[in-house]
Amino acid sequence: MTLIMPAPEPDILSQRDALIERLRAILPASNLVVDETARRAYECDAFTMYRALPLVVALPETVAQVSAIMALAAEMNIKIVPRGAGTSLSGGSMPLEDGILLGMSKFNRVLEIDYENRCARVQPGVQNLAISKAVEERGFYYAPDPSSQIACSIGGNVAENAGGVHCLKYGLTTNNILGLEVVLMGGEIVRLGGKHLDSEAYDLLGLMTGSEGLLGVVTEVTVRILQKPAVARCLLLGFPSVDAGAHFVGAVIARGVIPGGMEMMDRATIHAVERFQPCGYPLDAEALVIVELDGTQAEVDLLVSVVDAIARAEGATTTKISTNEAERLQFWAGRKNAFPAVSCIQPDYLCMDGTIPRGRLPEVLAGMDAIAKREGLQVANVFHAGDGNLHPLILYDASKEGEMARAEKMGFDILRLCVSVGGVLTGEHGVGVEKRDLMGEMFTEIDLEQQMRVKCAFDPMNRLNPGKVFPTLHRCAEFGMMHVSGGAAPFPDLPRF
Amino acid sequence: MDAAIATLDIRDAADAAEAIRAAAARNQPLGVIGAGTKRRLGRHAPSPRELSTRALTGVTLYEPEELVLSARAGTPLRDVLTLLDANGQQLAFEPLDHALLFGGETCAATIGGVIAVNASGPRRIKAGAARDHLLGFHCVTGRGEIVKSGGRVMKNVTGYDLSKLVTGSFGTLALLTDVTLKVLPKAETEQTLLLLGLDEGQAVAQLRRASGTSNEVSSFAMLPAGAAPLCRVETVAALRIEGPEVSVATRRDALAAALRDSGARFETLPFAESAAFWAALRDAAPVAGHSGQVWRLSLAPTDGVRALARLRETGAPILAHFYDWAGGLVWLCLEPAADAHAPAVRAAVDAFGGHATLIRASDETRARVEVFHPQPPPLAALSRRVKESFDPAHVLERGRMRAEV
Repeated sequence: MTLIMPAPEPDILSQRDALIERLRAILPASNLVVDETARRAYECDAFTMYRALPLVVALPETVAQVSAIMALAAEMNIKIVPRGAGTSLSGGSMPLEDGILLGMSKFNRVLEIDYENRCARVQPGVQNLAISKAVEERGFYYAPDPSSQIACSIGGNVAENAGGVHCLKYGLTTNNILGLEVVLMGGEIVRLGGKHLDSEAYDLLGLMTGSEGLLGVVTEVTVRILQKPAVARCLLLGFPSVDAGAHFVGAVIARGVIPGGMEMMDRATIHAVERFQPCGYPLDAEALVIVELDGTQAEVDLLVSVVDAIARAEGATTTKISTNEAERLQFWAGRKNAFPAVSCIQPDYLCMDGTIPRGRLPEVLAGMDAIAKREGLQVANVFHAGDGNLHPLILYDASKEGEMARAEKMGFDILRLCVSVGGVLTGEHGVGVEKRDLMGEMFTEIDLEQQMRVKCAFDPMNRLNPGKVFPTLHRCAEFGMMHVSGGAAPFPDLPRF
Repeated sequence: MDAAIATLDIRDAADAAEAIRAAAARNQPLGVIGAGTKRRLGRHAPSPRELSTRALTGVTLYEPEELVLSARAGTPLRDVLTLLDANGQQLAFEPLDHALLFGGETCAATIGGVIAVNASGPRRIKAGAARDHLLGFHCVTGRGEIVKSGGRVMKNVTGYDLSKLVTGSFGTLALLTDVTLKVLPKAETEQTLLLLGLDEGQAVAQLRRASGTSNEVSSFAMLPAGAAPLCRVETVAALRIEGPEVSVATRRDALAAALRDSGARFETLPFAESAAFWAALRDAAPVAGHSGQVWRLSLAPTDGVRALARLRETGAPILAHFYDWAGGLVWLCLEPAADAHAPAVRAAVDAFGGHATLIRASDETRARVEVFHPQPPPLAALSRRVKESFDPAHVLERGRMRAEV
């Protein structure tokens, strides 16, 4: 199960000194991290299970510097890994021992707020929440709100197509960005989209979003900003079973109501949260659902009564309705703290991220319980219930022999279960290295080859973030002439990780 | 019109794969066609043979509670909409119907065709385009390989989002065989607030103001005096409000209050008139009825009016126009010219950023003039490499989007 990365290329390692010399001509000394101790700070992202010491860390501040570094990497045939705030949960920005780590944290300026056109141009290192902060004075905000929004960068959001609590109604990153500036592997700078809608040709803006840093390096993002809803109110609903909670969620959508957010937690998470920071969650409930309704006062009041009636009809054992903003935030407090709360039960946990057709939730949870019992590990569940995106938290103790490997295996089995019911491996965290070796569960060899060919269109030497997303190494030149017959795996001579 | 074209009705993906592989081996281009409603869209570069999806029909999955529908690519849009309507649901991106522009039967398109051209209507500004509603697809690439991408769930970042790439690709990358779409509840009701008595610039400015309020306006358009379907003697700004009965009326009132200082007179289109009005705008009614060449410009909302002013300065003979998407989408009808006034139109757009697409012109003009907005060389080269990653021999819809793609 242990992750295998492509072996460091001796040709690259032997060029390190020459590379650093060339980088010094592009960047000031303070923007280059060469010393081993200092490089340690960059050895992993939020997927802390695996680490690697980057060859060198480059921290550019201008698009020209990024372009020069990319051109240099192409010229010297050196790998390069882009990194935003390093909050990736899938190892998307995990460094390579034979790769430059391109840290974009210095690209931290809001370049333009264009209220007239309801958009903002920002640099990729700007934190997600900082965008909303920058426009809140005029009552605007940026809708996608991943849980890590206080730390994660918009460039990283683009790389992973980050979601959040409000996606069901307001969409993911891909639905909320209008334009990108991207530096390609040879150093070429292209602009995709802008302040207008839709593409004049192939939708490369859509393709770039969620491409996990494998196609290009984002140096500027144009985001849509929305006026904040006039009112938001929350219902806190306890259910006697997860099935009842899941049924309720389906009933709400069947009634034509699309809430601003609809989140669910299982018993284990409810108890962890209440121990961590009591916020009035019902301890007798097997499932807790938080529903947020937003819009105008009249509409919200109406929808609150509709959802409340559905909850009662579906057998809710607890119903609380927020009557003011403080209460609404109180209802959310526990959900926002769910991850740190769970880490108080166990020092280590793996946060998974599958999406399933929502109606299959009860059977997936039953399957998850069976897997947990078999592995002798505990699992706590937090879901974006409205869109079927699950976040099972597998608790383990890394100090106990073999427990991490068991947790990893359990995570894989859960994701296989998600795929088997028509779901997918990742809803918002990305494939990265974490789920790379599961891609074959969802896609055929031919499906994956087509995706890899798309990468070749951007990165013919496979130098940009290699070893992520795809479970096989490949050479672009051979793709064009490839024919698969009789189900034979392509490139038997190339390593499969 | 294209009588010489030989059409093969494919029964399944394997048929398409075989036909495409054979065509690739012989370096023969192949067209891709559904109901043929978009034959006159894009560059005029007909292939001698084409693959038709009209036998690939049927909704294969529909779960209203899951907000998801899958259908074979040749399924008539009409069937999809009827089924959704019976369940109080809709395609929120409001696919525009090309019948008014090109003639022919209304709602005759296939669902695959809708995706192939990213057909979206007035609600696009709030609810997204076709590209935002394609969750996954099965296709046969220009290599003759059967490929799937995406899935059937709302949140999915497993692999590249090829759904975005194939949407609006005019069949040049792959022949879609099955599509899976996100569907959404239909609003209980709708009304449209009309603002009268303003000049064009003021009217469009009010659209933008409305888009900055929290009244959840879902469509924003401006019609010049005399334009169908309203045919008023003065300019009209129109704002659509959708939702539950109780909230639509209060939001309309709140919106009117917020825009009162504009000096406009207000009127309201009730439900049926409102729905009919936006359907007509979706299908470009204000320009479609004029006989001339039709352009569709996409710019930032502030720049639509500016680009049009610049175009007027060149003396371009504008027969009709209107604005959608809060001023960012400009539909134009111009007196016919051999070059379709492309240099002037594109220069007007390029001054601000955005793109201009020639929608309606003769075959001859669409063979000679670039229909889609030219790209800077690095982007054009990248687009070509992307095309070749799916279709290295340029078999599918050769020349439909660009002379070189």
